[in-house]
Amino acid sequence: MILIPCPWCGPRDAGEFRYSGETRPRPDAATALPEQWRDYLYFPANPRGEVTETWYHRMGCRQFFVLQRDTDTNESIPPGKPQ
Amino acid sequence: MAAVRAPSHPRRRRRARLPAKYGALALLRHGLSGREWPRAWPDQPLRDTYDVVIIGGGVHGLAAAYYLAVNHGITDVAVLDKGYIGSGGSGRNTAILRSNYLTPEGVRFYDRSMQLYRTLAADLDYNVMFSRRGHLTLAHNDSSLRTMRWRAEVNQMQGIDSEVIDPAEIKRLVPYLDTSAETRYPILGALYHPPGGIIRHDAVVWGYARAAAAAGVHIHQDTEVTGIDTDGGKVRGVRTSKGDIATPVVLNATAGWSTLVAAMAGVRLPIQTFPLQAAVTEPVRPFLHAVVVSGTLHVYVSQTDRGELVFGASVDPFASYSTRGTLEFAEGLATHVIELMPALSKVRLLRQWSGLCDMTPDFSPIMGGTPVEGFYVDVGWGTYGFKAGPVSGEAMARCIADGRAPEIIEAFGLGRFGAGELVGEKGAAAVGH
Repeated sequence: MILIPCPWCGPRDAGEFRYSGETRPRPDAATALPEQWRDYLYFPANPRGEVTETWYHRMGCRQFFVLQRDTDTNESIPPGKPQ
Repeated sequence: MAAVRAPSHPRRRRRARLPAKYGALALLRHGLSGREWPRAWPDQPLRDTYDVVIIGGGVHGLAAAYYLAVNHGITDVAVLDKGYIGSGGSGRNTAILRSNYLTPEGVRFYDRSMQLYRTLAADLDYNVMFSRRGHLTLAHNDSSLRTMRWRAEVNQMQGIDSEVIDPAEIKRLVPYLDTSAETRYPILGALYHPPGGIIRHDAVVWGYARAAAAAGVHIHQDTEVTGIDTDGGKVRGVRTSKGDIATPVVLNATAGWSTLVAAMAGVRLPIQTFPLQAAVTEPVRPFLHAVVVSGTLHVYVSQTDRGELVFGASVDPFASYSTRGTLEFAEGLATHVIELMPALSKVRLLRQWSGLCDMTPDFSPIMGGTPVEGFYVDVGWGTYGFKAGPVSGEAMARCIADGRAPEIIEAFGLGRFGAGELVGEKGAAAVGH
């Protein structure tokens, strides 16, 4: 597996984490149309290359954080910063 | 053990007439002669115009080309693959066939595929080694047993041979399975689907390729698509590493790269790409007749005609385009397989590999037209694409010939995500969802 750089715990085995998908701007609940919600829910960018995503360190500090990762090489670029 | 039945679908009479050069006698004669086998089809030059361009030379793309030519008389078709045919998901899956899904749409669709697979060897004059084994989906807890009963009811309503059986019956079918109550996850029952089985996946690809080529389709391997030209919301052509092609119709039949190819035409897809790993052991004597699947233990296992045990699992826990294998997978797989069949503890793994799965939000494919006229998709095949190859090819050929989606794939349109009408196929792949 790969090492995920947790901003609080340092590099740890990816098996300790839960992947929560790409980080994208959430539509405003008060004004968003159904189509905008569906777009947010169902249409990830799915790039082959660098992507910004949210991970959860379930077997460590139990914090969510944002990570940059290359989906082709699985390299994590900088350590994630707190959200 | 090829279960080739008399074909029942009416279009069979119109199949391409192929020379029976791979019949038993011809094989024996040629094998003894020691001569090289001739190429099954010639390499064609890439023309600068085609009526239809299919991107992706896997079972879906080649089946679509074959049915376009044979069922609809559209033979000016090019199939492009950036590697060799069957180098993607078609050659990396675990070759399991079944139709015991959970939704009526899914059951009808996959059962049509099973019908086509059963007569495929005769239709293509190619031994695809279909082997009807029986398919067992194990239930290790009450909730999965309840889902099995639900699936059995849906299946029976659709006329599919499918029932829930108890541990004694499971033990009779698969004696090496540990059905005792002393295990960590005792087996409480199973959904038994007698028509399920396995097939030689490479042979399916080669059979479709040969039959399509014989009907006039051009197959271009090592030809990478670098762009799709559109104008006024219509497809105009495809740019490739070997030259440009003008065409009014493009079918995206790729897996792993489907979002990247669709983006070339300006179409977004609700897909995220995950690797799925599989492994095979050294060959052992035949002992496992049925295909055994355990959702709780994230494993499925079958024994090939050569005696190797083929294992698959659920998709990797995070999205990636990497096809590297991991030690974690091999360790987890071994633990779960030994939990199911302790007798396998001394069997050695021969190799492991991974393929890319395009996961959709509702575990169902995306088939049909797109907002770009002439740009069709047959994508989002997640962990269930191989078993659907023939029916997808047939349905996409009809969709392209008629210009609209036939009834069997109406539920799988791209528009369902914007409209909020997801299919909800939780019977998909039976593991890890």
